[in-house]
This record gives sequence, C-alpha cells and structure tokens, in this order.
Amino acid sequence: MTDIATNTPEVAAGAPVKGRSLWATAMMRLRRNKAAMASLVILVVYILAGLFGPMISPHHYATVYPDYVRVPASLEAYPREDEIVPQAENVLARTRLDINSIEVDGNTLRVEASSEREIDPRVTRYLDRSDIFSNARITETSADGRSVVMEADVERLRFIFGTDGNGRDLLARILISIRISLMIGALATGVALIIGVAWGATAGFLGGRVDNVMMRVVDILYALPFTFFAILLVVFFGRNVVLMFIAVGAVEWLDMARIVRGQTISLRRREFVQAAEALGVSSGGILRRHIIPNTLGPVIIYMTLLIPKVILLESFLSFLGLGVQEPLTSLGVLISEGARNMRSAPYMLLYPSIALTLLLFALNFLGDGLRDALDPKDR
Amino acid sequence: MFGYVLRRLLGAIPTLFLIITLSFFLMRVAPGGPFDRERALEAKVLENLNRVFHLDRPLWEQYLYYLGNLARGDLGPSFIYRDFSVQQLLGSGLPISIQLGATALLLALLIGSVLGTIAALRQNSWVDYGVTAVATFGITVPNFVVAPLLSLVFGVWLSLLPAGGWGNGGPANMLLPVITLALPQVAVIARLIRGSMIEALRSDHVRTARAYGLPARMVVIVHAMRAACLPVVSYLGPAAAALLTGSVVVETIFGLPGIGRYFVQGALNRDYTLVMGTVIIIAVFVVVFNLVVDLIYAALDPRVRYD
Amino acid sequence: MLRMAGIRPLVAGALLVAGVFAGASTALAQVTYVRGNDANPETLDQHKTSTIAEANILRDLYEGLVIYSAKAEVIPGVAESWETSDDGLTWTFKLRDAKWSNGDPVTAEDFVFSYQRILNPETGAKYANMLYVIKNGEKVNKGELQPSELGVKAVDDKTLEITLENPTPYFLQLLTHQTSYPVHKASVEKFGSDFVKPENMVTNGPYKLVSFVPNDKVVLEKNPEFREADKVAIDRVEFVPFEERATCVRRFEAGEVLSCSDLPAEQLQSLKDRLGEQVHVVPYLGTYYYALNNKRDDLKDPRVRQALSMMVDREFIANEIWSGAMLPAYTFVPPGIGNYEGGGPKVEWADLDPLDKEDQAIALMKEAGFGPDNPLELEISYSAGENHKNTATAIADMWKPLGVNVTFNVRDGSAHYSHLRDSDDYEVARAGWIGDFSDPVNFLQLWESDNTGFNYSKYENPEYDKLMDQAAAESDLAKREEILRQAEALLVKDAAVISMLYYSSMSLVSPKLKGWEDNIQNAHATRWMSISE
Repeated sequence: MTDIATNTPEVAAGAPVKGRSLWATAMMRLRRNKAAMASLVILVVYILAGLFGPMISPHHYATVYPDYVRVPASLEAYPREDEIVPQAENVLARTRLDINSIEVDGNTLRVEASSEREIDPRVTRYLDRSDIFSNARITETSADGRSVVMEADVERLRFIFGTDGNGRDLLARILISIRISLMIGALATGVALIIGVAWGATAGFLGGRVDNVMMRVVDILYALPFTFFAILLVVFFGRNVVLMFIAVGAVEWLDMARIVRGQTISLRRREFVQAAEALGVSSGGILRRHIIPNTLGPVIIYMTLLIPKVILLESFLSFLGLGVQEPLTSLGVLISEGARNMRSAPYMLLYPSIALTLLLFALNFLGDGLRDALDPKDR
Repeated sequence: MFGYVLRRLLGAIPTLFLIITLSFFLMRVAPGGPFDRERALEAKVLENLNRVFHLDRPLWEQYLYYLGNLARGDLGPSFIYRDFSVQQLLGSGLPISIQLGATALLLALLIGSVLGTIAALRQNSWVDYGVTAVATFGITVPNFVVAPLLSLVFGVWLSLLPAGGWGNGGPANMLLPVITLALPQVAVIARLIRGSMIEALRSDHVRTARAYGLPARMVVIVHAMRAACLPVVSYLGPAAAALLTGSVVVETIFGLPGIGRYFVQGALNRDYTLVMGTVIIIAVFVVVFNLVVDLIYAALDPRVRYD
Repeated sequence: MLRMAGIRPLVAGALLVAGVFAGASTALAQVTYVRGNDANPETLDQHKTSTIAEANILRDLYEGLVIYSAKAEVIPGVAESWETSDDGLTWTFKLRDAKWSNGDPVTAEDFVFSYQRILNPETGAKYANMLYVIKNGEKVNKGELQPSELGVKAVDDKTLEITLENPTPYFLQLLTHQTSYPVHKASVEKFGSDFVKPENMVTNGPYKLVSFVPNDKVVLEKNPEFREADKVAIDRVEFVPFEERATCVRRFEAGEVLSCSDLPAEQLQSLKDRLGEQVHVVPYLGTYYYALNNKRDDLKDPRVRQALSMMVDREFIANEIWSGAMLPAYTFVPPGIGNYEGGGPKVEWADLDPLDKEDQAIALMKEAGFGPDNPLELEISYSAGENHKNTATAIADMWKPLGVNVTFNVRDGSAHYSHLRDSDDYEVARAGWIGDFSDPVNFLQLWESDNTGFNYSKYENPEYDKLMDQAAAESDLAKREEILRQAEALLVKDAAVISMLYYSSMSLVSPKLKGWEDNIQNAHATRWMSISE
C-alpha cells in the first residue's frame, strides 16, 4: 500500500503545501449536491419557522376557540355563511329573549329581540362571548326597554390546518411543536453524540480491559428499565424540558458508542494509525486527529437516524408525563394525538405527519450529502 | 476463540447481577406501588396485600429474598396477573415475541441490504434518492401510525387479513405486525448499507479486485458487501435484542400476547417482579447479542482478532 | 429456542392465503361469541378480583345467591328465596338444587367457606371491604377475630343465614358483586391459589373455564351441569382484552368480535355516524370529578371552591371534549342509582345563565381576596391520558376570567393515585369513582372525614359525618334517602369537590348479537344472549 498519504489527509497535513482544510473541501462539495442543498434550505426554513413562526402566526398556540373544536382544515374562513344564523340562534337561546329576526349583511349581524321584561343591556355579552361575533352593541332600544336591536361584527377566522380537540389552531400548534421538536432533536442528539463518540472511540482504541469495562457499562445501561428512569426523573427534578433532553441523550448515546467503537477497532489496525503510533503521537492525539474524523461518516448517518428517533421517543416520554407540558407541544405529541383521531379528524394526523416527514427527509438527505462530502477517500 | 466466548459469558454474570441490583432499587424509588390504581383500596386491605407480597418488609430484606428466589430460578409471583408466576408469563410470551421479531429482522435484513446495495451502486441517481426516500419514510412514520393504518386498510377496508389478534400464530395474523416491525429496520439497514457500501466500493481492496478485472457483481457481493456489513452488524446487536424482546406498540395495537407489553404494563402498574423478569430477559439478550456481534465482526474483518 | 423460531417465520410470508381460510374454520355447530373486554383479568379468583374486566368474565363463570337479569334487576340465583328479620339484621337464604361443574351439589357450606375466605387477611382480597357489612367482617379482615367468627352460618345444606352489622338496604346489591360468588371448597382446599387454573377450576355458573392466556384471550365453554344449561344459547365465549380501544373498533368492523366493552371517546361521533345503532352509549354509575384539597390555604375558603366549580362549563366538556361520551354533572351521586329515587339535591347556581354565573363567581373570588391583581395560582394534577389532558386544558381556560393561573402536573396512574393517598401537597386533582353497588352510600361515603385514602378533597365536616352515621342506622328507606340527600346538599354547599361528569358506558354491539339489554350497571351476562346469523 503506497497511497497511505493520499488516502489520509491527516497524515498528509504535515506536507509543505497547506491544502484546503477538510471542512472547506466538504463545504465546497456539499454545495454541488443538489438534494443536500435543497434539504439545507428546507431545514433553514424549519428553523426560521420554529423561531419566528409562533410569533407571526395569526392564532396563538394556546388560544382555545370553544366554538371551533375539531373543525376540519379549510382555506375558507370560518364561520361558513350558512352557519352564521344558526350559530347566532344558538348563542341567543341562552338569553331567553324572543328573537324576532336575525339578518346577516356582509360582516354585520343584526338581531331584533324582545322580551316581556325590560332587557338587560348586558345581553350583548352573550354574542361577544362567542368566538364568532365581536363588538356586539345595542343600536336601538324601544321606549319601554322591552325590545332591542343588536348588531355585532362577524369574526372571520381561518384555520387552514383545522383545530385540535380543544379548539386550538393546528397551524399554530405545529409551528410551536417544530420549535420544541427541533430543540429536543438537536440537544438530545448533541448530548448523545458527544458522549457516544468519546466513549466509543476511547473504548475501541484502548481495547483490552478498558474496552471490556466500558462496554460492560454500555450493556448495563442498555438493559436498565428506561421507563422507570423516566418516571424517576419527573419525580426528582420536576418537569423540566432541558432535563428531558439530557435524559433522552443519556439513553441514546449507547448505540452511537457501539458504532464508533466498532469502527475504531477496525481503524486501529489500519496502517496510518499504526504509523502515527510508531511516530510517538499520543493516544489522545491519534483519537482526535485520526480515529474520530474517520468515524464521522457512519456517525453522521446515524445522527440523521437518531434525530427522528429522539423526536418520536419524546412523544413516549410525554405520554408518561415527562414530556412537554401543555400548552406547549411537540411533533411527536401532535402525531400521537392525530393517530387517535385518525378516522374522525384525519387532518389532525396528516399535517403534523407531513411536517415531521418533510423535516426528516431534509435531515436525511443533508446527512447523506455531508457524509459524501466528508468522505476523505473521495476527493 | 472458545476461551474468549467462555470468558465473555462468565464476565456477563456480574453484569447481570449489577443490572438486577440497580433495577431493583431504581424501581422501588419510583413513586406509587402495585396496588395504587384509580380505584383506591381500603387501608386495611392494602396492609393485608402488602403482607401477602412481602412488601411490608424492609427493602434490603425484600432484595435478599428476591435474590434468593432468583438463585433457585424463581422469578416470583406477578402483582398484576395474580394467577400467574412471572416465569409462566414470560414463558408463554417470549416465544411469540421471538417469532415475530426474528421474522421481522430477517425480512428487514433481506430487503434492507438489497435496497442499500442498489442505492450505493447507483449513487446520486434517482434510484438512490428513491431508496433514501422510501427508507426515510420508514423511520419517519411512527409505528403507532403505521400499525393502525395497516390494520384499517387490510383488515377493515379490504378484509384481506385479520385486523388484529394472535389466532395461535397463523401466518395471516403475523403478516401485518411483522411488516410494522420490519419497516423502520429496513430503513435503517438500507441506509447503513448504502453508506458503508459507497465507502467500501472506493476502498483499496475493492479497487484492486476491480483492477484484476473481476466482474462488477462479484466485486460487490464478495468484497464490498463483506466490508459494508460492519456497521450493520454493530447496529444489529442491540436492534435484534430489542426486536426479539417484543414491541409494546405493535403488540398493543394488534393485540398480541408477546412480552413487549409486560415491560410497560409492569412499569406503569409497578409490577416489580414482572418488570424485573423482563429486565433480566432483555439483559440476557443484550449480552448474548453483543457477544454474537463481536464474533461476527471478527469473522468479517480479519483485522479484528480475539485471542 | 432461537433456532426453532427462525424456521416458522420463513413460512409466514408465503402462506398469506392459507391464513384467511384458517380464520373462518371454526366448528360449524358450535356458537362462539368473541367478546371484547376492557383489559386482562388480573385474576379469575373471585376473592382477589377488583376490576370490571374480571366482573364480566366471572359473571359467566359463577352464580351468586342473587344475580343480575339481562336488565340488571336483582333476581334469584342460587338462592330461590330469602327472608329478613324485623330488625333487618338477619337474612336467611333458601338455596335451590344447583350443581358445580364437576357434579357436586352447591351447598350453604360453600358460601360460608367463601365468605370466610375473602375476609381472611391471608387471602389478600382487594375488595374484602365489600363484605364488611357482615357481622364481624371488618374485624376478621383486620385479623382481630378468627374467620369462623364471621356472621355467616350454614343452618343445613340448603339454608344459609347471614347476620349483618347494620340494616343494609343494599345488601342484595352487594351479593350480585363477583366478590360474593361461591368458590368450590374442595378444589380450593386441594389446589390452594391454583384452583383458578383451567384444569382445576370448578364453577357453578353457566360456563366453565377452558383457557386463560394474558393479552390473548380467556376462553369459556358451556357448563352442562348448570341448572339452566338448556336455556344457554351460546356454546363458547372468548373474552379478548383490548387495552387499546381503537383496536377493538377495527376488529369489530372487520367482523372479528361481536361486541366491544368500551370505546375511544374521541371517536364517538364518527363511530355514531358510521355504525349508527350499533353504538350504545348508556348512563353508568360513575362520576368524574376534580378533588379540591380543602386543607390547602388557597382552597380552604368555600367561596373560592364554589367559584371554581361554577366556572366549569360541564356541557362543553361533556359534549365537545368527550364528544358526548359523558354527561354533565352538578352533584356527586349519579342519577338512576338505587335507593335514591328522588335524585340528588338541587344545585342553585346550576341553572343560572352563564353571565350571571360568571359575575357571581368573580364576586365570590373577590370576597375571598382573589382577582386579576392577586391571581390565584393553582396546580391541576392528573394521570396521563388523552382526555384527562384535554379536560384539564379546557378547565384552565374556563378559570381564566377568575384570574386563576393554572399549571399542570401529569403523572402516570400509579404515581398519581399514590400521591393523592399519601401526600397533602396537591391542590386540584382529577379522580373518578365507579360505583360498586347501586346505592348513594357507595358514593357519599367517600367524603366522610375518617375515610382517608378515598377522601381526596380532605373534606371534613362533622355535620356531614353525623348525617352519614344516621343514614347507616336508619332502616326506613324513605327517611334514609332524605338524610342522604341532606348530606349531599352539604357537600354541594361546601363545594368540597367539583362534580363534573357522569360516566356513560359505551359499547359496540353487533346486530347479530341478540339479548343485549342496555343497563346502568353495564352488566351483560352471556347467558341472556344468543347469536343469529
């Protein structure tokens, strides 16, 4: 094997001509990969949506519209024209007035009502209380106060993704859930990555008894009852989102460690590592400069697999009560709610699923692109 | 080699002991007990129950009692299935979980490696993107969505397969759960194979083989595949352990009597003995499969040796 | 084991078609009823039982002194007649000629043995307290007296005499409960707790046990020795547990099960649209409530508690959050319960119009010192579960006009209920109560001050306790009802608890299944049913 140097830029780095750094080359190559670049754009859109979406969305994610529980997704505004009068009748039924006429003229509702007793001017609050009408006012009152004419504005609300089982706008819920899920995915994967790579590389590189002990720890953690671990965390630390990231990351680093260890064991026997060892490079140096960069490929792929896993795992934690607390939500929670309403309100499953799928597609293609770009042999 | 395996297996005994001890005490720190349900119990009744199940003793005494029974191969009585011992429950559930998990694993390996190889050979073509897309779809859609969808489409709408139930393990009853279990695994395996296959195809020994003029297909199968398997093998250890010990979601949604549900049912109901039993099973599987993985690794990669 | 498992799966994929036929190949002559059940039975030992899933199965396996008819009226079972002494304390049952499934006669001694067994502390019976009404029952269960000192006596083979602590008008109701079913003395003595295994179990009901595989099914077959075996139309029952309600719905629609014992509330509307008459929603003996911890500083004041209760829009929660699967509740005891014909007390504010209600509630809060400038911070604790979450979310929204800021504390069931039992730092907590027998006492005794472990509101009112004691000693039914109503009125006045919803039982029943009668107990013994093709 004569091409050790060309195969391993790390060893060649000492050469007099300073080449482009690994990362600069990778960026350049990534830019040529259309699928990866498209994914990057999508990912940026998601991050922006997560950061600013909840602020600019027309509805707040926690606002409850009791009159619009589980309304289907629609581009048209609610209420529908033919629903306004029945809704108004519905609302006014509680006032115990005799309703003489109800008319809708554009955005104004006009009601003539009478009663045997004097009418309390507070009746307009019934209309205001409803999500459909606002700014209700009495325009005419008869001399004896027993009949009135009321007017109210018809509120047009748009729920382009529909509303959930509490009457909250699904679009706003999806936007906030993107924020939460991205945070969870990034933080937990980050924790898993750092612990897993460090642990796996160390174990694989040092080998022997150390490897044995370190992998034994991994085995033990693997078999520990995660459910109890989760319940314990809630009890001792309260329901803290940051803690959840740590919990998830602390569990998910195990696979990462095993993969990195496997790679390291086989890298360790490679010529360039042995050469570095012979040259007296310290173990830490070899790990940092030779082993870890060479494991990046599988690690990045595994990361793009881990993020969806983390996002879905989070929904399981939420179910146990360790997850995101109302009124916040996450994609995993929205999808599991949607799955329960699959047949009665399919849009509750559809939109969060699309949001998640698109996000994960982007992550995957970006991961592949990165892997290709980082591949030291492919220059 | 034999010595290595023996040493590993002996080494697993303290591991198991640690797992059992840790789980035992972790579990008892969790709030609530096996008799705390929506329907509260009379104080006196609760006291009687705790005495019957030795829960009134100090924790260390319960621990020793449990270890003593365990040494005799007795996993204790279940708290939520009072007519059964934990052995009986696991004994009837485990074969079912293994049957489902093994089928799913084989299916996933088969489809996953074929898809992954095809994608790697046609890197950055539409075939590649197509495989990646399908694979991504497989991991993106959670099994609690896939399972009811499959059951709805094939069981209710098309009436081709049973919508659920075990039916004594008939192939028709197994098909949908196996697909649900295999789907995410296909995705992971295809992606791992694709990644490492691309790397392997560029590696020296494959290049050399090609330079010798070996036909491309041979090169792929014999040389590249061997190297490309490594990350998959790493992944398969824990994945197989997890698959064979059952899936809560799949078993619950299809109504299958595997052991996957016992862990979560046991954990949520604080059925201490049942949870301990499943923990031990999972632990044994993890230990064994890790060993198997390491052995396969050695067989595939001549640079790794266990002396 | 591994190797063996590897072979079977290979066959699996190929034989898709074969399986479809296998599904249809049940024996021709035999009528099988595949019946959805709530969950796995925890046990089939009638003395260790506590759940509804067990009640459904045990009802088919055993017959008590009295039983429920198809309409859940109490009718004679093993006892063909009974009489009560004038003081209402001694009940004498005349048993008919009934047989166990092995041919042994059912004797009074079997019942004596059974009632002694359930109250024996060694048995570890979860529902032993159901029979505390029997003389010395509680003392035996506490280990203070020997089981032989229990007030149950076999006068002769066919005559059973039971002595009670107090006149108990709902005693017959108690006897319909599965805890009152007899066990076969000889097999319990022989097999110990293993008498419940299919190969050992001897039953006296219309069916006997064939197999029990957790998470799979419990299979029963007709008992030819049953006294009315000729009237039992269904030969075989398979109880399938469905923890996941939606799974039962799918299997029902695929024609694989003939009835479901519970439905996912969030799907109720679409189920009704799709399946129409097959969806049965029937009032049930259960109350969904929020306990308000009366010992907490913020909730000590009854005005605050009442304001909170007034602001809960029960109609919205019942109809929108629970899609009509629940009924709005203002009092704690559900309507339709026995010995309470006049119903619960009147809740004055229930019929106020929403605006007045809100104004009054805000005024009450203001009197108590809370308002927008001094908001009340409350924590709602609930156990994990989709509709509990949605309910809590909706209530937090309803309390906003009072200036109440709500945070949530979600735990899994075990942690939640043990927290309610053992700690006193919770504020508002979700809980539910499903009646064990049809009498208001079963609901109202929860709020007696000495009923720790049940009284989650930590309600303490000596007057209430006194009324409950009076009711227990009263043998005149009309007077007793009046006393109980006064007690409940006190509960309402003190706003000790937010009674929010009454449960409904929800079932799917195939049109092929005849003889299913909706009833408030949701008790449907298979013996009353038949299957038509």
